[in-house]
Amino acid sequence: MRAFDYHQAADGTQAIEQAVRCQQAEYLGGGTNLVDLMRETVERPRTLIDVTRLSRDITDTDGGGLIIGAAATNAALAGDARVRRRYPLLARAILSGASAQIRNMATVGGNLLQRTRCAYFYDTATRCNKREPGAGCDALEGFHRYHAIFGTSSSCIATHPSDMAVALVALDARVHLRGPAGDRQLAITELHREPGERPDLETELQPEELIVAVEVPPLAMAVHSQYRKVRDRASYAFALVSVASMVELDGDIIADTRLALGGVGTKPWRAWQAEAALRGQPATAATLAAAVDAELAAARPLPGNTFKVELARRLMIAELSQRLSDARNGGDA
Amino acid sequence: MQWTINGQVREAEVDFRTSLLDLLREQFQLSGTKKGCNQGACGACTVLVDGERINACLALAVQYQGREITTVEGLAEHGKLHPVQAAFVEHDGFQCGYCTPGQLCSAVGMIGELERDLPSAVTADLAAGQIEWQRDELRERMSGNLCRCGAYNGIADAIAAVLAEELGEEIAR
Ligand code: FES
Ligand code: FES
Repeated sequence: MRAFDYHQAADGTQAIEQAVRCQQAEYLGGGTNLVDLMRETVERPRTLIDVTRLSRDITDTDGGGLIIGAAATNAALAGDARVRRRYPLLARAILSGASAQIRNMATVGGNLLQRTRCAYFYDTATRCNKREPGAGCDALEGFHRYHAIFGTSSSCIATHPSDMAVALVALDARVHLRGPAGDRQLAITELHREPGERPDLETELQPEELIVAVEVPPLAMAVHSQYRKVRDRASYAFALVSVASMVELDGDIIADTRLALGGVGTKPWRAWQAEAALRGQPATAATLAAAVDAELAAARPLPGNTFKVELARRLMIAELSQRLSDARNGGDA
Repeated sequence: MQWTINGQVREAEVDFRTSLLDLLREQFQLSGTKKGCNQGACGACTVLVDGERINACLALAVQYQGREITTVEGLAEHGKLHPVQAAFVEHDGFQCGYCTPGQLCSAVGMIGELERDLPSAVTADLAAGQIEWQRDELRERMSGNLCRCGAYNGIADAIAAVLAEELGEEIAR
């Protein structure tokens, strides 16, 4: 690990002042990803600015949503009674990720900004465009079972690893940012970038900009939302495919729905195409099949992860069918 | 820098790169806490910070200044094994013992989470305030602790016995 300087920030404004003043500074949350990457010399900051003293409060908004301080731990958010009641998919997604020890350490802001677990990104003896722009990508013809089928490019196929982010994307959360130029908000669906030619640029954050909070808007149908994760072992593994879903029925018509996927995208994947094909349509098997096809039309699998297309298809259909039957039975899951 | 470790205030000046795990083992000779993977994958380094379990290998010591840290050396009181330790002995919750300090601290942290009715990924009804204790809950909650010897059945039996004793929760096999 390269030597670094350490500062603790009392709040977001101070963190930004420190980051502007220091060379090659990075913000440190729970450290569960950054410390590991520093040990592997993938990350080599000269300064760490500890932002775990930022707000960790989870507060109600007027309309019935929540504002979550960026320093709230993953465990605290998943355990919050309001989250469990209003947004069960968010609690379930968080609890499906990592281990209890890691969830106790990891922050909400850090979870959103964690790096991919692509083994080539971690292994400095291999080529990786994300780690070293222009170097090439050894995953393309390597072991890419865990890699993305959506949003990929010829430069990068690395998967965004977060479960929590998939739920937040489905909920249309907003991230509250603070930077040297002031405060702004961003739809969480706009936070992460697809790799294109520049897989090293992962988010729309400007230099020194910091996530200070995440806002989850009120959403009635989210009370019956769910998150289902398929992986290589029963617990403590990243997703092969995961599905965040919810529906609202009006008689036999799908009035509204949200669908997002994990384990398959270079960013937390909102299934916009499927949603568009479901809204306003009769709640039939044919509608579901057509909607899922519409989403999967954009999939670009490689030999090692072609299985994810069929897995994603079956999982989306199974989950949407379950949400519909729950909704028909009075919404009690 | 200063930490409270197993009830004692301890001080040391260490490089910012020092993990909490290396601080415990190398500065304070508390070698009960084990280094398995050193990357958050095995749970051998699990300690309690203000009662909550974390992986000491992923924690920078500097970030935990002023906190109350409990290691496996701090579980027993007045020369008497912690109930979880006694149950591991009783139910053969280990073979080589390398993962055991992490398993013990993790189990103590987990029981605290149960007492606070915090949910897990296998909790059927997340909105319910009370958790129904099933064996799959216990295994899911301990999934951050690997055991190369495969002593899992003994570990699960030991923890189930403690829960039966302390919470009055009988957990079927
Ligand atoms: S040594 Fe910390 S998790 Fe393995
Ligand atoms: S008892 Fe040997 S690793 Fe668990």
